[in-house]
Amino acid sequence: MNIPGDLKYTEDHEWIRVEGSVGYVGITDHAQHELGDIVYVELPEVDMEVEKDEEATSIESVKAAAPVNSPVSGKIVEVNEDLEDEAELINKDPYEAYIFAVELSDPSELDDLMDADAYKEFLEK
Amino acid sequence: MLKRTVLYDVYKDYDGVKLIDFGGWELPVNFEAGIIGEHMAVRENAGLFDVSHMGEITVEGETAETFINWLVTNDVASMHDNQCMYSPMCYPDGGVVDDLLVYRYSRVKYLLVVNASNIEKDYKWISEENEWIKKSSSKPDLENISGKMSQIAFQGPKAVDYMKELVGAEAAQIKFFHFRDDLKIAGKSAIISRTGYTGEDGFEIYIANEDAADVWNTLYQSTRDRGVIPCGLGARDTLRFESKLPLYGHELTKDISPLEANLSYFVKLEKDDFCGKDALVSQKENGIPRSLRGCEMVDRGVPRAGYTVHLNGEEIGFVTSGTKSPMLNKFLGLVLVKRGLGLKTGDEIEVAINGKLKKAKLVKTPFYKNT
Repeated sequence: MNIPGDLKYTEDHEWIRVEGSVGYVGITDHAQHELGDIVYVELPEVDMEVEKDEEATSIESVKAAAPVNSPVSGKIVEVNEDLEDEAELINKDPYEAYIFAVELSDPSELDDLMDADAYKEFLEK
Repeated sequence: MLKRTVLYDVYKDYDGVKLIDFGGWELPVNFEAGIIGEHMAVRENAGLFDVSHMGEITVEGETAETFINWLVTNDVASMHDNQCMYSPMCYPDGGVVDDLLVYRYSRVKYLLVVNASNIEKDYKWISEENEWIKKSSSKPDLENISGKMSQIAFQGPKAVDYMKELVGAEAAQIKFFHFRDDLKIAGKSAIISRTGYTGEDGFEIYIANEDAADVWNTLYQSTRDRGVIPCGLGARDTLRFESKLPLYGHELTKDISPLEANLSYFVKLEKDDFCGKDALVSQKENGIPRSLRGCEMVDRGVPRAGYTVHLNGEEIGFVTSGTKSPMLNKFLGLVLVKRGLGLKTGDEIEVAINGKLKKAKLVKTPFYKNT
């Protein structure tokens, strides 16, 4: 299972990559594998305010829909429009295919998230 | 504790196998190729499915034909030996107990193949609860042999070529919806029918539990170098969906009549008395309330079972099944909607997805047909 060292992780299998004051959010390799073939991503609206651990949007596999929670609070500033036509990019490269980007309103929330080692341990539990 | 088929031990260690709880059975939803990969393999080549969870009930005796013909809506009396027939089986009110395959060995010996999730309900209905069996003084012998039988579905346009190699020319000569019970596969006795649930040519192979692993391994090991792959229930569902084959619990339930599900071809209203006849005749005469149609999303979204369907904002029905079609690359749904609204192909409807009405249009079904 691919778990890059430079990202932070949630127990709901989202990852976040922080660049300055913006965090890019996607789902982990484990999550895409569990979901199987992803066929649809509902992109959230830009400028929408999200709260930490709140459902920000959903993605759907052939079989079912799954929520994607925001790992942090803030404002959605960007969405990955490539996923509109190619949802399967998440299966191909889950760490390249971010879903949305959040401008962090409280960077200290990042401290609650797991690093790669902790997430790896979490998966093995 | 989940039930397992005897083939579980064969494929539980296959690469990429993902097991799920399917109505109390631990079964693969997909293997390494994933649902879409498996779907394509069956459309283009062939795939193997473990469908041993399906139920088998034998009916034998002088009254077997009369009884089954009363029990189901299709015309069993018109069958000849070694033929298979699809039929709904209805309650007196026209709702559906189950849909099943009838195999006729002879006028006095039949095999009924029923849905896994309905085995207990069906057997109780067939052996005790229906009016015919309650009143009859000469009942046929009934046995639920589901626990002794395994079933492998070998589906796809090339399955016939592989079966010719493995079983012989006789297998390839079995006509659509016919079967043989005197052929061997991997040296084991089998019932082999030219049937399936994918919209493709193919076979369903019934064997005793103790022979299932040998038959599966023979089928798989001798064809995998040509691209045959094991397939899970996920692809089984998307394949049957594209071909508009009904799934009990979705397109058919105790609250949906076979006429509403557009299965009138399998409901012979002109035959002698059968269970549900009065209700179905009355439905036909007074207007069938609903119709099963196909829709394609115009707005972005995936129509899923249970979502409500609207026309100009007014609720007119619900989605029975929906997904992204792997062959057509479109978001499609089967919808059960009110009749008499003048709806035709191309007309716009709406599907409520997460509280928002999303545009869709009616399209012809089946969504996909192998030419």
